[in-house]
Amino acid sequence: MAPAAPAVRLRETVVLADRFPLLSGMTLEVSEGEIVHLGGPNGAGKTSLLRLCAGLLAPSSGEAEVLGLDLTRTDERRRLRREIGLLGHSSFLYGDLSPRENLTFALKAAGLDTGEARARTEAALDRMGITGRLATTPVVKLSAGQRRRTAIGVLVGRQPRLWLLDEPHAGLDQASRDLLDALVRATREAGSTVVFSSHEVGRAQAIADRVIELVGGQEVRRASPPAGNGTGGSGTGARRDAMTMGSARVP
Amino acid sequence: MFRDAALVCGKDLRIEVRSRVTLNQVVPFAAVVVILFGLALGPDRKVLAPAAAGLFWVAVLLSAVLAVQRSFAVESADDAREGLRLSGLDPAGIFLGKVAAVLAELLVLEAVLTFAVALLYGAHLQQAGLLGASAILATIGLAAIGILYGAVSSGLRVRETLLPLLFLPIAAPVLLAATKSWDISLSGGDGGAGTWLTVLGVFAILYVAIGTLAFGPLLEDR
Repeated sequence: MAPAAPAVRLRETVVLADRFPLLSGMTLEVSEGEIVHLGGPNGAGKTSLLRLCAGLLAPSSGEAEVLGLDLTRTDERRRLRREIGLLGHSSFLYGDLSPRENLTFALKAAGLDTGEARARTEAALDRMGITGRLATTPVVKLSAGQRRRTAIGVLVGRQPRLWLLDEPHAGLDQASRDLLDALVRATREAGSTVVFSSHEVGRAQAIADRVIELVGGQEVRRASPPAGNGTGGSGTGARRDAMTMGSARVP
Repeated sequence: MFRDAALVCGKDLRIEVRSRVTLNQVVPFAAVVVILFGLALGPDRKVLAPAAAGLFWVAVLLSAVLAVQRSFAVESADDAREGLRLSGLDPAGIFLGKVAAVLAELLVLEAVLTFAVALLYGAHLQQAGLLGASAILATIGLAAIGILYGAVSSGLRVRETLLPLLFLPIAAPVLLAATKSWDISLSGGDGGAGTWLTVLGVFAILYVAIGTLAFGPLLEDR
């Protein structure tokens, strides 16, 4: 049987913003079902890499494919956005709407019919502990952690093939962090791929199959997670040599 | 596309119902503008009544700027605009949904202003059909132009000042045609009303078509 196409495949990918390089010459592959942790200092290009994989940035040169879609093409970047879930620094939520309304809107926007959207909304809110009065309170009145949990709930409801998480642990309490880690593992068990950045190295390495260290403008180092990780991924060790070299910067 | 438009329109109107920005700020703003015109021109209704149509539409035009700015402000808070791009919604649907929401808000505002103009300026509300048809066509045009240029200016640091600069000159033909049509209606005449309605219809179709095609690239270009 032919091996599955990688979820993410970048080759000498350059991303420019007003001629300033956000990513310069990035080469990497992420296999389907893999959990990859992006490490590195601030400004290393982690957010830019995640935004590229989400179809929000276009490559200026090089090759870039995510879930088999060519990121150099505008129409394919738009199609890709229905397949991925991005948790960014912002929550992408409407402050005047409740978590329930935000989730229902996001799920309907993703193409679900009303009945399915409502069912998944309730399940996701329940999973994230946004229940009772919290579920109907305008998001603007929620704490930062509750907003973050609501934003994660959108991803839980959408069930994307590729999860892109930018500092997902930020702003969460201990219980919510544990819940998030369990979600990431469950996501992989369901066959989805997860690429995430986190400065919480210990926690991140505990759930990652592979660690990619981005170092601003200089080099990309590969690192192995501690022994015993990546049990659910397929062939994680064999895939480590797929990523070669690249450099990245953010303004 | 139309399903996405209904979704976005419903979301924007739900936010408006919660925040009541149009009701509590834009409608009072328009009423103040109408009152200030009255103060500036004096209490003589022989002066005010003939100018009622023009003053009404200038008040609507200024209020439309606020309504459009609000429509994009809800997307800029917490980067919801990025969320809209990530949502997978058809950009043409987003455009049409936003136009429909602003259209609904402005029509409510116009209903209130119509009575204010009748009360303060002594304008005689005649030919309700012509008044209504002109108002709907003109407001579709204004909403479409506003959302189109709102997308151009949103995301820029100078968006608050850039939007009126882009929007008002482009909307001038709509203002002119709507004023002429209302003038004919308020004076009880019928000469030329069809021409001005046609002009309003052409502008409405033109800008809805341009916006439907251009909104995707505008949304991407950030």
